[in-house]
Amino acid sequence: MLRISHLVKRYGNNPPVLKDLELEVPGESVTSIIGASGAGKSTLLRCINRLVEPTSGSIELNGVEITTLKREELRRTRRRIGMIFQGFNLVDRLSVMENVQCGRLGYIPYWRAALRRYPQEDIDRAFHLMERVGIAQYANKRADELSGGERQRVGVVRALMQDPEILLADEPTASLDPVTSRQIMELLQKLAAELHLPVLINIHNVGEAREFTERIVGMRFGKLIFDGKPEDLDEAAMDAVYSGTSEHDASRRSSPHDHEAVTS
Amino acid sequence: MNDSVTERVWTRYSSSQRWWRFASLMIVAVAVAWSLSTINIVWPWVWDAPNQIGDLFSRMVPPDVSQLGTILWVLIETLNIATIATFFAVFLSLPVAYISAQNTTPNRATLWLGRFILVSSRSVNTLIWALLFVAIFGPGVLAGIVAIMFRSLGFLGKLMGEAIEEIDRRPVEALEATGASRAKVILYAIVPQVVPTFFAVSILRWDINLRESTVLGLVGAGGIGMILQGAIDTLDWRTVATILLAILVLVIAGEALAAWLRKKVI
Amino acid sequence: MSAAVDAPRRWRKTPFIANPWLRWTLLIGALVYAIWAFTTLPFDWQRVAQGVERASRIFSGAFPPSFARHELLIDGFLESLKIAILATLLGVGLSVPIAFMAARNIAIKPIYALGRAIIIIARSFHPVIVAILFVKAVGFGPVAGILTLTIYSIGFVAKMLAERIEEIDWGQVEALRSSGASYIAVLQFAVLPQIMPRQIGLAMYQLDSNLRASAVVGIVGAGGIGATLMNAFGRYDYDFALAITLVIIGAILISEAVSGRIRRTIW
Repeated sequence: MLRISHLVKRYGNNPPVLKDLELEVPGESVTSIIGASGAGKSTLLRCINRLVEPTSGSIELNGVEITTLKREELRRTRRRIGMIFQGFNLVDRLSVMENVQCGRLGYIPYWRAALRRYPQEDIDRAFHLMERVGIAQYANKRADELSGGERQRVGVVRALMQDPEILLADEPTASLDPVTSRQIMELLQKLAAELHLPVLINIHNVGEAREFTERIVGMRFGKLIFDGKPEDLDEAAMDAVYSGTSEHDASRRSSPHDHEAVTS
Repeated sequence: MNDSVTERVWTRYSSSQRWWRFASLMIVAVAVAWSLSTINIVWPWVWDAPNQIGDLFSRMVPPDVSQLGTILWVLIETLNIATIATFFAVFLSLPVAYISAQNTTPNRATLWLGRFILVSSRSVNTLIWALLFVAIFGPGVLAGIVAIMFRSLGFLGKLMGEAIEEIDRRPVEALEATGASRAKVILYAIVPQVVPTFFAVSILRWDINLRESTVLGLVGAGGIGMILQGAIDTLDWRTVATILLAILVLVIAGEALAAWLRKKVI
Repeated sequence: MSAAVDAPRRWRKTPFIANPWLRWTLLIGALVYAIWAFTTLPFDWQRVAQGVERASRIFSGAFPPSFARHELLIDGFLESLKIAILATLLGVGLSVPIAFMAARNIAIKPIYALGRAIIIIARSFHPVIVAILFVKAVGFGPVAGILTLTIYSIGFVAKMLAERIEEIDWGQVEALRSSGASYIAVLQFAVLPQIMPRQIGLAMYQLDSNLRASAVVGIVGAGGIGATLMNAFGRYDYDFALAITLVIIGAILISEAVSGRIRRTIW
């Protein structure tokens, strides 16, 4: 359970990027965050694991107040927060297995990390997860030899190796083609159910948000202005979130109504 | 329609560009003229120079190979000096590179310290370092090794520091998000990205150091330079020729090896 | 289809050198070399122990740096500067034809071999060695320095220029050739414009390099501030030596900054 209250993020003396934001994410759920560029979606996500330092406010994950943690405690808490990124953020020159084991770096001693002598249970777990997402055959391949969709799967496995309490996804499909994009969204949706995880996804493709997530939260200029089920996201709500931005037109074009004839 | 009787002119350079080109040319011309006129040269000697050079070369042929055994032994010693010094310098340069890179340095003080170390190391020529260390440690290979180490530190540290600054930050961000400690983040996100540069730069510096170590002996810091100096002082030009040939072989072989190694680690 | 595995799957990182025989041979070979190299090098440890004491003596003698004989310093520095300027001019000038000779796409085989040989020989000898030889041939003073640094410049500039020539866009040459231009015209309009920016950059870089090197060749008598430094060291004038070294460092830093700035604007 993630509870965010009165979250404010301001850079220097500029107007705040996040303004007094409130959000509650219950246990097992898939929530998507939509909004135009600059609305603060990425900042919000990064405040949760403090890759970006909140200016003020409270973020509570399963009873632990994140904003006040000191370095060691912060690291321990970050272990429980998995994150996947738009750019996959893998270490290109390392193998898939090593990339995946990065998820355990917070748990294993330094010498194991340095010598690549991972605990057997971590190796078993890695293979199990890689098979689940379909990349086990690439275990020894260099990460940069994989396609975009495969790389994102590596990112997903890395995050899951942390045994997290919550999964954050920052525009995980923005760099992928439409087919692969859907595959990844589907994967996230299924994993959330299988592993009983709360998942928070930044997404700009509203069609996918509607199709794969059960709750949509709309951000506009640092505030949440929509919070509801996909069915409730009508034109008026879309306008409120996107109006005046070019994102609006792009989102409308990819709405599921266009796909009905094809997928039914 | 709008063509009047005025000519359409095309010039290669705009007038401001021409001004700059003229100015630069003038600066170069003035610098050269000043150098030529004020330099302390005895011009008759300059015209005689080709003769003198030819004369010197004629005294070197044919090369005298009677001392080849000693020469080869010392050549290997020279190789060892270069190799050992480069090896240690490479490892010493890593922490210096780490603190000189803007994205990894702990604070501004360490950044300036790192830069200061690199700049001092680079600005003082190997031979001058050698002079200093011969004065401290006495003549011998130790002075030579330390001198090469000191000079290499700046070269390696600068290039490695630049490599560290140019890494992709995204994996660093991702690994920090997993709760890994700073040391592990460096190990997994930074090190793999700079490894190619690390090897390329180390091999390059070894190649350069091979050349540098051939002259250390001229100031007493060990290596083949010492017997070269000896042969020159005794005007034994034919042995000098042999030594020069030996150096040529060493350097060319070293460069070939370095080029091959660099291809292997790309 | 069950993905359960009964025996635990092992995983080890594939080592840098896959073949274990090769790997261990190289490792052991490197170890043996290291031990041998260390033991055969003559270290006089007693002398080293005295080193610390001598070091402190030198450093205390060197501080504060003495600029008392600053005319000598300035003279030496200016001579180094002149040597660098003239050597760069001569060296870069000669590098152009040599670079063309050493470019595989321009020169015929025997000329190519000759060009490459010149460059290799020019590069293989440390400028100090070349300086000693020239000093013996033409005497002490800046002439030896200029000749030495000219060869030093050729070794670097001609090599870089030759590589640049080999990388030019051949299409431009073909276009000009097919229009019936003469050989010289083709060189002037198709090749030269492509290499000119690199050439100017190289010239600036080499001027900087030569300034550094001229401080060093002076040590063996080829003129410039190196000679001044050598004298100071020889007379145990450590404070003057430090002053000279500081000037050298300062000059190098300034020259590096200036040449870097200029190169950036013309790139």
